Amino acid sequence: MNSRREFIKTTATGALILGSQTSLGLAAILDQKAQHAEAAKSKVVVARDPALHGPAGQLDDKRVIDLLDRAIAAYTGRDHPVEAWKRIVPIGKVIGLKTNGLGGKGISTHLALVLAIAERLQQAGVKPGEILVWDRNARDLEACGLTINTDPSRIRCFGSDVSGFEDQPISWGSASVKFSKILTRECDMVIGLPILKDHNLSGVTFSMKNMYGVVQRPFELHAGGCNPGVADLNRIPVVRDKVRFTIGDAMSSVYEGGPGFHPEHLWQPNALIVGEDRVAVDHTAWQIIERKRAEVGVPTLEAAGRPPLYIATAADAEHNLGFNDPKRINLMEV
Amino acid sequence: MKFQTNRWMLPIWFSIFAVFMGATVAILTTTGCKKKAADPMPASGAVAGWEKTADTRVFDAKNLYQYIDGDAEQYISAGVVTTSTADYKYKGQLEATADVYTMGDAAGARKILETGQTKDAKAVQLGDAGVAYAQSVIFRKGPYLVRIVAFDSTPETPQALLALAHGIEAKL
Repeated sequence: MNSRREFIKTTATGALILGSQTSLGLAAILDQKAQHAEAAKSKVVVARDPALHGPAGQLDDKRVIDLLDRAIAAYTGRDHPVEAWKRIVPIGKVIGLKTNGLGGKGISTHLALVLAIAERLQQAGVKPGEILVWDRNARDLEACGLTINTDPSRIRCFGSDVSGFEDQPISWGSASVKFSKILTRECDMVIGLPILKDHNLSGVTFSMKNMYGVVQRPFELHAGGCNPGVADLNRIPVVRDKVRFTIGDAMSSVYEGGPGFHPEHLWQPNALIVGEDRVAVDHTAWQIIERKRAEVGVPTLEAAGRPPLYIATAADAEHNLGFNDPKRINLMEV
Repeated sequence: MKFQTNRWMLPIWFSIFAVFMGATVAILTTTGCKKKAADPMPASGAVAGWEKTADTRVFDAKNLYQYIDGDAEQYISAGVVTTSTADYKYKGQLEATADVYTMGDAAGARKILETGQTKDAKAVQLGDAGVAYAQSVIFRKGPYLVRIVAFDSTPETPQALLALAHGIEAKL
């Protein structure tokens, strides 16, 4: 394994401590046998629970925890949640949970998922003060049902409106952005918690597009259907290297009219989409949106004039962020 | 000493006065010292059952992305000038958000209303045209495009949203 790309290619088992190849200096725990068997594939887990929402449409919090455990167990190959989480996060480091509350109360990362992850992180040995739930601003976080807290003895929760942004922009390709200090200074590792949505510019917003919420002027990356903006932004080292895992919220979604909340287009896939390879995760999410659009008779995103081209761009040789070829995605549906 | 003005000076004084008045008007209209636009959002209790739970927030076109990010583009391309938004609660239970987009003209409002309608849309008598869904109401009136979204679907939701919509319509 002599490059990051090789490293990504060999994460098919998902059974590793993320960051083992980084400055976090954690020991790699790779299952060599599985590594060779599944070489050059990225693992993505889609965990579903059709009974996740009750008859009145309310989310069952207990079932969310169970669904999370099932997803993480499938990804890591470890049935016990604590053991599984120890393979995902480094202990003694600050773990950021980047939510997405842009769409408002109706279509934001679910509180139950955030709380379930925070609980499992603590059980795995992450101290409360080392967990930082964050988004663009207080309003976005409150849309998820979260409460702002900057007390470092507890789980922290605040937005870039509190931390501020770096003074100096960082550039890659078309992207020249000022990052939130939460990303650059607070977090050692970030787990993305996007919510699956249609997007009227980029087609789909999920793992990679969620990073628009970590920069000061995201609208400057909207040109061309956010292509190559999304890919360029994710290629910037601080994003590529720190945001290493996605636990995508596809429990509710909008298949049309996004990224805002359009209840007329709301549906409940009742799923979590989990993976390290942000490109493979987004490709998988895109297919889920397309299937729903076909089911309800809405044109494909390409026919609608907004195919998520940034996914292929992120997979190209220049960006090298992961795989969008289904043959190179080890999709596990559990 | 008696102040005297020659008749030939009068046109000059008039010119100076006209320039002064023109400059004053220009300053007032470009520095924000203009009459504040009326808040289109009904106050708590103005519509039966509805409580306004937060102050109205106003965004102009250039910072609309702070509110709706990627959604902003379609409104900007349709000529949005300002956007007002406020949160409401109906009978202490049902939460909703009302947005009033002030477009440059009625055509902009029409463009937004006609975009993205589905076969579930029911025409409603609101403003110049409007549609309702189980959890939302959208209508236009002149240059205004109003969208109200509820976060729960209850048997009361459609009628409650229509009542709030009429309350907003009356203020436009």
